[in-house]
Amino acid sequence: MGIETYLEKTPFLPAVDYIVNWGRKYSVWPVTFGLACCALEMMVTHISWDIGRFGSEAFRPTPRQADMMIVAGTVTKKMAPMIKRIYEQMPEPKWVIAFGACACSGGVFQTYSVVQGVDQIVPVDFYIPGCPPKPEALLAAWVKLQKKIEGETLADRKDVRGSLEMKG
Amino acid sequence: MAENNLTINKLKEKFPNSILGEGTFRGESTVTVPKEEIVQICKFLHSDPDLQYHLLTDLCGLDRLPEVPRFEVVYHLCSIKNHQRIRLRVKVGEDEFISSVESIWKSANWYEREAFDLFGILFKNHPDLRRILLWDGFEGHPLRKDYPTQGPDFDKPFVPEV
Amino acid sequence: MTINMGPQHPATHGVLRIVLELDGEVIVKAIPHLGHLHRGVEKLAESKTYHQSIPFTDRLDYTNAMGNNLAYVLAVEKLLGIEVPKRAQYIRVMMAELQRIAAHLIWLGSHALDMGAMTLFFYNFREREQILRMFEEVAGGRLTPTYLRIGGLSKDLPDGIEEKIKAFVQVFPDRVKEYETLLTKNFIWLKRTKGIGILSKENAINWGVTGPTLRGSGVKYDVRKAFPYSSYEQFDFDIPIGSVGDVYDRYIVRLREMEWSNGIVEQVLERLPKGPIIANDPRITLPPKDDVTKDIAPLIRQFKIVSEGFKPPVGEVYASVEASKGELGFYIVSDGSNHPFRFRIRTPSFANLGALPIMIEGGLIADVIASIGSLDIVLGEVDR
Repeated sequence: MGIETYLEKTPFLPAVDYIVNWGRKYSVWPVTFGLACCALEMMVTHISWDIGRFGSEAFRPTPRQADMMIVAGTVTKKMAPMIKRIYEQMPEPKWVIAFGACACSGGVFQTYSVVQGVDQIVPVDFYIPGCPPKPEALLAAWVKLQKKIEGETLADRKDVRGSLEMKG
Repeated sequence: MAENNLTINKLKEKFPNSILGEGTFRGESTVTVPKEEIVQICKFLHSDPDLQYHLLTDLCGLDRLPEVPRFEVVYHLCSIKNHQRIRLRVKVGEDEFISSVESIWKSANWYEREAFDLFGILFKNHPDLRRILLWDGFEGHPLRKDYPTQGPDFDKPFVPEV
Repeated sequence: MTINMGPQHPATHGVLRIVLELDGEVIVKAIPHLGHLHRGVEKLAESKTYHQSIPFTDRLDYTNAMGNNLAYVLAVEKLLGIEVPKRAQYIRVMMAELQRIAAHLIWLGSHALDMGAMTLFFYNFREREQILRMFEEVAGGRLTPTYLRIGGLSKDLPDGIEEKIKAFVQVFPDRVKEYETLLTKNFIWLKRTKGIGILSKENAINWGVTGPTLRGSGVKYDVRKAFPYSSYEQFDFDIPIGSVGDVYDRYIVRLREMEWSNGIVEQVLERLPKGPIIANDPRITLPPKDDVTKDIAPLIRQFKIVSEGFKPPVGEVYASVEASKGELGFYIVSDGSNHPFRFRIRTPSFANLGALPIMIEGGLIADVIASIGSLDIVLGEVDR
């Protein structure tokens, strides 16, 4: 049932957690999901503000190799099923950042075809307001994300916890 | 302005009974024509050697609720050779058909699909009249005056169907 | 075989979906599906006043924000019949041309990136950063400055900005030569772009294509020369055109356009007059911000204009500019009340995208990427 079930009973879990989280937080690879104007500020963070120094040099085009999705831009009702499908194709562990006012809550566009916030479709970890936010805001969110990953533990993974509880 | 008078004079010469109205506002000329003759008038404007309106700049719809007929279709034409623009307006009722000008200018294909999608204006002889900007299964025509800006179910949470 | 080049794709420049029917590797039929970024701007603007709609125009073609603002305020000023002071017109021309350079830099970077030449991406964004920093100093925003107002500008140029723009303009032609050494005579680039995605003259005009795509096919039509606006007739520039209408021709047209835009900015800097930056019509234009905090009359004027707006005469206008992608036009119908009756945006990318199927049918899949890149579409504009 996975090594976590045995590790939880031993005192080695915090050490393994520390090493695994160290690896994860310094190599977060986002999937390219730029929808509208905020996508340009995301690209600029990659190039001029050098997000490679945080370990995220590779923006993967396919969700199967990524562990983070930055939703940058307006989410329309026509595009919403694709976002959900791409989120489900990403392997665990995964995080989502809502970049920009349109992704956080619909932005200026309160109309018949815009979803008022991407958190109605996928669970969001960080919200970055702004229209568009400055690239430094994305880097600030990156640092906060690294702190969040530090605090995670292997035994808290959704599939593991469920199976641990089943075992009694 | 003298060249624009040339367009209107030639139109009046060739189609004397079809000019329902004309006007000039801020230097732009507008001509209102009936919907039955739109294809002939457009063909004439396109192929006449003095006028040569080869570029269809824009085709859009207008909703004039509660006037009858309800909709208007507005054509903006441009002549690259003479540097001239002209605007044509046609009135169409709610369930009536208007002939498509796709056979003259291919760009009208997508413009007319957009007018159908957002207003519900029906075009005859269009090769493929279906929704272009909104998803299949969307009910209603959003740019009509009696459709709310926020959509009919704004207060309910949105659930996508995957 | 039918494959789907889906909305999430690194090379479609946004959320564009194309369904390709193939026979081996040759494309038999291509059907674009749009609407994944349809935000309903035309409907939304019908419930806002004319001043409140200026920020929407920034977000249509987000690579060319100053140009979009210019098109909209020109349409409203034409409807109202007001005259803009000379200094404001010259500064508008300078901002629009700098924005055109920035938009073409994004095009060049992403086009080259799609075809595998990744170095150019980094060089172009280095230049673009300098332009965006200048916009931030002038207007307050990088990507969406919303600098123009109805009747003129929102604020005057700050001190020291003219030297910075002059320094940029003197270095830029050498940079363009740098880009040319990387690509123009490169054997791989020529193989991938010559003879690909050909659009003939008659097809281009019939499909309503405008902008560098039309000029690549050999038609000399530019709104700045055909229907001049905002003092463009006083500047000296030429329109580059291509001959065959393939991807390579459009690449050369846009490179030369960057150089001519640079020349226009130089001319503006030499001849910039002094004077007011906004027309003096109390019912329409906002007062200077310093007066608003000191006196009651400007405060009342600001309050009334921002909350209620103004009521233009009944009528309709169509005003267009040469945006970086083509002819961007606003058709505004007014019924005498303080919000527009119909707010129609004629975007160049919508018409240009309609010509995509005839450019790629009969070609190979790899050429689809080259053709889409050379069309230079922005989905915010296509879907509005």
